Amino acid sequence: GPLAERRLLDVRLGELPAWLATCDFSPQGLLGGVQKAWNSYYDKYINVKRGGPAGISMLLAGYCLLSYGWNYQHISKISFLVSV
Amino acid sequence: VLHATRPLHTTRQCLAPLPPLPEKGGEVRYGLIPEEFFQFLYPKTGVTGPYMLGTGLLLYFLSKEIYVINHETVAAACILSVIIYGVKKFGSDVAAFADKLNEEKVAKALAVKNEAIKDLETAIEQEKKEQWRVEGRSYLFDAKRNNIAMLLETNYRERLLTVYNEVKKRLDYQVAMQNLKRQKEQDHMIQWVEKNVIQSITPQQQKESIAKCILDLKALSKSAQAAV
Repeated sequence: GPLAERRLLDVRLGELPAWLATCDFSPQGLLGGVQKAWNSYYDKYINVKRGGPAGISMLLAGYCLLSYGWNYQHISKISFLVSV
Repeated sequence: VLHATRPLHTTRQCLAPLPPLPEKGGEVRYGLIPEEFFQFLYPKTGVTGPYMLGTGLLLYFLSKEIYVINHETVAAACILSVIIYGVKKFGSDVAAFADKLNEEKVAKALAVKNEAIKDLETAIEQEKKEQWRVEGRSYLFDAKRNNIAMLLETNYRERLLTVYNEVKKRLDYQVAMQNLKRQKEQDHMIQWVEKNVIQSITPQQQKESIAKCILDLKALSKSAQAAV
């Protein structure tokens, strides 16, 4: 289909800049993108009849990684390592 | 300004009945990594590809100290082991409990729906009965007509009786008047005759009749004494 309507995983590597150009980066656009992403994740892993631990465990793991990334500067300092 | 070129209500979007929820969520291996990742790497690296990638990344992070081992690592390991033990042990029970809750909800909704259907069906039955009753209108009106005829007849006969009584009373009055008149005439005539007779009795005649009566009485008393 046309480039603008394809999802990110269906876009080839060479077409990535063009695809990024068609994206909507205004606040409403970003919010809409976040909303769509959350809805697709929710419908796939949480809003099912017999879900498992996968739904929230992936969210928690992502949160762990994100917080580690944010605190990396602080963790990697020598003074911190010495004080532990 | 309405853009007439934009078509309105072309999508046949119907909100009810909703499509049912999918049975199971997306496949996830080890609870963390979606199956799509393994499928994505399978054509190029086979089955062990993602595992080698994971091991390589882990060793790289450790060796380059991008992931620092400190007290938090030990804490994370303990927490993870406890969580995994808990999930493995109590997972099925919790799932069964949640399924039961869902079942109850669905059963309640279904009960409401069946209730509504039953009520509507009884309403339809009653409606049909009412329609059948309408066919009996002619009988109803015949009965009413008979009632009214009976009332009219009764009223007529009552009035007839009243008329008869009234007429009889008047005729009785006339008869009573005539009788009274005759009675009065008779009495009056008797009185007049008596008066005249008494008047015509002269004193002479009275004396003679009293003497005759005394003589008769004496004679009678004599014969009576003798009889006693």
